[in-house]
Amino acid sequence: MSRLDLSPRLTAPDAFLAALTERLRGLDEAETRAFSARLILLLANQVGDQAALEEALEIAAGGQEA
Amino acid sequence: MHSTYAYPRFGYRRSPDQDAPERARHPVVIVGAGPVGLSTAIDLALQGVRVVVLDEDDTVSIGSRAVCYAKRSLDIWDRLGVAAPMVAKGVGWQHGKVFHHDHLVYEFNLLPESGHKMPAFINLQQYYLEDYLVQRARGLPNIELRWKHKVLGVAPAEDGVTLQVETPDGVHALEAEWLVAADGARSAIRRQLGLEFKGQVFRDRFLIADVVMQGDFPAERWFWFDPPFHREQSALLHKQSDNVWRIDLQLGWDADPEEEQKPERVIPRLKAMLGEDKPFELEWVSIYTFQCRRLDRFVHGRVLFVGDAAHQVSPFGARGANSGLQDAENLAWKLRLVLDGLAPAGLLESYDAERVLAADENILNSTRSTDFITPKTPMARALRDAVLDLARDHAFARPLVNSGRLSMPSTYADSALNTPDAAGEDFAGAMVPGAPCTDAPVLKEGRPAWLLEQLGFDFTAMLFAETPAQAQAVAAWAARQAIPVRVLAVAPDAATAAACAAAGLPAVEDHGGLVARRYDARPGTLHLIRPDQHVAARRRRFDPAAFDDALARATGRAPAALEHAA
Ligand SMILES: Cc1cc2nc3c(=O)[nH]c(=O)nc-3n(C[C@H](O)[C@H](O)[C@H](O)COP(=O)(O)OP(=O)(O)OC[C@H]3O[C@@H](n4cnc5c(N)ncnc54)[C@H](O)[C@@H]3O)c2cc1C
Repeated sequence: MSRLDLSPRLTAPDAFLAALTERLRGLDEAETRAFSARLILLLANQVGDQAALEEALEIAAGGQEA
Repeated sequence: MHSTYAYPRFGYRRSPDQDAPERARHPVVIVGAGPVGLSTAIDLALQGVRVVVLDEDDTVSIGSRAVCYAKRSLDIWDRLGVAAPMVAKGVGWQHGKVFHHDHLVYEFNLLPESGHKMPAFINLQQYYLEDYLVQRARGLPNIELRWKHKVLGVAPAEDGVTLQVETPDGVHALEAEWLVAADGARSAIRRQLGLEFKGQVFRDRFLIADVVMQGDFPAERWFWFDPPFHREQSALLHKQSDNVWRIDLQLGWDADPEEEQKPERVIPRLKAMLGEDKPFELEWVSIYTFQCRRLDRFVHGRVLFVGDAAHQVSPFGARGANSGLQDAENLAWKLRLVLDGLAPAGLLESYDAERVLAADENILNSTRSTDFITPKTPMARALRDAVLDLARDHAFARPLVNSGRLSMPSTYADSALNTPDAAGEDFAGAMVPGAPCTDAPVLKEGRPAWLLEQLGFDFTAMLFAETPAQAQAVAAWAARQAIPVRVLAVAPDAATAAACAAAGLPAVEDHGGLVARRYDARPGTLHLIRPDQHVAARRRRFDPAAFDDALARATGRAPAALEHAA
């Protein structure tokens, strides 16, 4: 039973990815880390629910293995 | 060494045991007169148990160690009759500030709720704390403090423990029915029994300094991440008694502990922090690495481990002495009942279960704090800094800032001693079975008093009394018990309180309604409270059979209902 909503929810997928990529362009490694860290925290707070967040961590970790 | 405090010398005295023809046997021997050993001794002594305390030294804790004591500790020390001088001498505080670089990130207030006898926290040098505990212990006929008595070895047996004790007069042997090992983080008893102390050592070093200055800093906990005066590291400033300020500076793993202790290294660091022309006097410097570890079990036959001997935490959160004290209060009443033959030795298993769980909670919290303060990977560091960046402008990130989660008592929610709430009886609030009781203001004989002061050293049946007859029914039940149970009638008004008192029952008036609110009580609600002030059971209505069972369960005996079922 998934709490994390894995159906497509982005209102403008192409625009989001482009904006994200644009933000990351030209950043060095440390700046990228800092930016990603702030973004993760902002989005995590939007999700809020610990179980959903743990599910996201799980899926993200699995993605790394693949 | 200290300009503000003169270390007492308690002195060695030859004990009669050293000249006795037969090896002396004592019901309880406590090894270690630190805060935890002394508090255990006082608690037991006040419950009528004779204790012998052995310590290899003859003074109090040297230098700068524990500083902060939490409200729950003060509640316990108040029951032991020793909180007053601590609170009088200590620096009360409840506000804290967290800084990142040169700006304020976050402010907190630890006790937003009023109506408690004790403050949220006090800061007090550990030597004062132990000084007051020794003075208290010395005034109790049941305690014998033996200084310059070093335990060299212990030999556990089925029904007791034999100790080899070294004094300036040589080595003698001693027997204890029960041995309380309160001999600190380097416990020789633990080593002697070959018990593993498992956990982690953090790869970081901290400079701990005490300075005397006429500070214009307020009595608050100030914590800095990466401040301009100490780049890339953290810093902590705390006010203690006598205008002694405690400073903790993170140095990193590569710092050379020998070099860093030298005044020519320390003073420039402190000047950078406090201001170049701020006059101060350096009283104490030491360098620490911190660790989080514990024993697998705290009960090993007749050897009972308490305090740092059983578990060690990093100091972020002030969970060392504070949690050790909760070990002491958890153990004392159980050991007393076992010694008095009122409870099976198996009751001590609940000491192990409850306090191992509490140690894990403390270790978890202080490990998380340490990880936040000393991030272990570049990404962990980035996340930590992101929290601090965002917390400045956004409330959501503030709960993530972790400069130490300050000591809170554990709720023994899953303890075998608890009686679960009855089906269909809904209680709200924090006073669930297993929770430590919270204080509230009351009137006793019309005069202001506090709820926790009414609880004493035995079980308490706390009834929210509508009528004296109700309270008398509870008192009649209590009188039938082999285990001592006090009755406390909490009355909604002065007339009911007076009527209960006239009927010979201890009674208070809940004049502000705060007891009822904090315990979610209605007229007729009854709480069974353990001697260590944790809730054992509660019911909306008094039912003698239910409370027979609850008391049996809370003292490690099989409840009658279960016996019948079996
Ligand atoms: C830098 C620092 C900051 C801290 N800050 C805080 C804080 O703010 N709040 C807090 O609650 N805790 C704090 N602590 C932790 C606190 O100091 C300890 O948790 C506390 O002292 C433990 O008490 P104890 O009685 O278990 O052991 P100890 O205080 O270590 O006492 C052990 C006693 O046993 C005696 N002994 C040892 N071996 C033998 C032997 N073989 N025979 C006879 N006697 C023996 C010793 O002489 C000593 O008196 C801090 C610790 C440090 C290092």
